[in-house]
Amino acid sequence: MNAVEVNHLYFKYENEWVLEDINFTLKDKEFMAIIGPNGGGKSTLLKILLGFLKPTKGEVKIYGKSPKENRTLIGYVPQHTNFSLDIPITVFDIVLQGRLKKGKFFYSKEDKEKAKEILNKLKIYQFKDRKIKDLSGGQRQKVLIARALVCEPKIVMMDEPTSAIDPAGQKEILDLIESLEMTRLVVSHDIKILLRNVDKIAYIHKKAVIHEGPKLNIPKDKHFCEVELIDFLKEDECGI
Amino acid sequence: MWDLIQTSVYAGILLSIAIGIIGSLIVINKATSITGSIAHGSFGGIGIGIYFGINILLSTTVFTLILALILAAITIFYRHRADSLIGVIWALGMSVGIIFLNLAPGYNADAISYLFGNILLIEKNDLLMMGIIDTVLIVSIILLYHRFLAMSYDMEFLEIRGINAKLLYTYFLILTSLTIVMSVRAIGIILILALFTIPPLIAEKFTKRFYQMIILSGILSAFFVIGGIVLSYYFDLAPTPTIVIIAATGLFLSMWKK
Repeated sequence: MNAVEVNHLYFKYENEWVLEDINFTLKDKEFMAIIGPNGGGKSTLLKILLGFLKPTKGEVKIYGKSPKENRTLIGYVPQHTNFSLDIPITVFDIVLQGRLKKGKFFYSKEDKEKAKEILNKLKIYQFKDRKIKDLSGGQRQKVLIARALVCEPKIVMMDEPTSAIDPAGQKEILDLIESLEMTRLVVSHDIKILLRNVDKIAYIHKKAVIHEGPKLNIPKDKHFCEVELIDFLKEDECGI
Repeated sequence: MWDLIQTSVYAGILLSIAIGIIGSLIVINKATSITGSIAHGSFGGIGIGIYFGINILLSTTVFTLILALILAAITIFYRHRADSLIGVIWALGMSVGIIFLNLAPGYNADAISYLFGNILLIEKNDLLMMGIIDTVLIVSIILLYHRFLAMSYDMEFLEIRGINAKLLYTYFLILTSLTIVMSVRAIGIILILALFTIPPLIAEKFTKRFYQMIILSGILSAFFVIGGIVLSYYFDLAPTPTIVIIAATGLFLSMWKK
C-alpha cells in the first residue's frame, strides 16, 4: 500500500485555482521534498494532506484512507515561528502533547518514558524542564519534531522545518530528517533540502513537476530549473 | 468591620479561583477581545431581563451563552475577519441592552449596578452560584488540563491527534461566559476584562508551567480583590475601580521582568 496517493487533485480558493491536477504517490519510508515559490501552493497541498482543507476535485489518500480518517498516523511538524513564546510551557509539556489522543485525559508513565526517550534521541533531553521561550530556533524546531515522533507516526509531514534557523541548526535538522526511518514529506522553501537523500521531489507552482530518483536527474527538467534552481545549480547541470 | 465585609471577601476568594483558571486560559489563548465582547454583550441579557421582568441572572446566562456560541463560530469559521466581527458582537449586545432598557418603564438602577458592579453588595445567594461555577471550572481544568494547554499552544496539532479542538474551544468560551455571568454583579461589565487579564498577565511572567500560572494568578487576584475591598471600605471608594487600580499598579511594577 502506498503511504500517500494524490490523484488529479485540484484546489480552488476564491475563484482562483491554487492547485491543478496534482498527481503523485509516495511509498512507505520514502522521503519526499515539496519545493516551490511562495504562493505556489505548497502549504495548501500540505493542509490538504493533513485533512485541514478539502480538495475541490480529486482524491488524497494516506495509507489507503482519507487524511481525516488516518490523521493519527501522521506526525505533523509545523514551523516553530508559528507559536507564541509567552505561554508558560516547558519542552516536556510540548513533547507530551504528542501522546494525547481521543478518550485520553492524563499521561501515563509509559507516555512520559517515551517522551524522555525521544528527547534523548534528539539530544535535547537537557532542555526538558526549560521554558520553550528560552531555546534557540533550531532547538525549538527539534522540540516540535520530538512531539511529532512521540506519537509513533507512520509518516511525518513537516512545514518549512529549517526556516528562521541558523545554518548549523539547519544542517542538524536536515541530518535528523534524513536519519528517520519512516515516510517523510517535507515542504520547504529552502532548496538545500535537494542536496539530501530525497527519493522524490515535487516542484509545486500550481501544477506539480514530480521527479523521482537521485537528485542529479532533476536538472533535466527545464521548467523546474528555470524558476527555482538557476542560482542553486550550475548552468550546465541545469541544461538551460 | 469583618461582619460588614465578610460576604464580599468570600466572594472575592471565589472570584479569584475563577480568575485564576479562566483568566489564565483567556490570556494564553489571546482571547481578551472575545472575553470583552461576551462581557459587554451580556448587557443585552440584562436589558432583556429587566424589560420582560424575568430573572436577570437567567436572561444574562442564556444571552451570554448564545454570544459565546456565535463567537466560537466566528473564531473557527471566519478567522480572517474575527477581529472585526468580535467588535460587532461587542456593540450589538450592548445595543440590545440599551434598547430594552429604554423601552422598560422607569429608572433602572439595577442596570447601572451591573455596569459598574459592587462587590460590597454581594449576597449569600450569589456565593452559592459562584461556588457552583467554581466547582465546574475546577473539575473542567483538572480533567481537561492537558487538552486546554495543547489547544492554547497548537490547535491544529490537537486536531491531528484526533481530538475535536473546535469543540474544546467552544467549551472554553462557554466556561468564560458562565464566569462572566457569575462576576458581573461583583465586578461590573465595564471593568471585568481588566480583572480577568491583569493577574494572569503578571503570573505568566513568573511561572514556567501553566498550572503554576493558574495558581499564582488566583493568589494575585485574591490579593488585589481583598486589598481593594478593604481600601474601598476605609476610604469610601468605589470597590471595583479600586481593585483594578491596585491590580494595574501590580502589573506595571511587574514589568521590570521582561
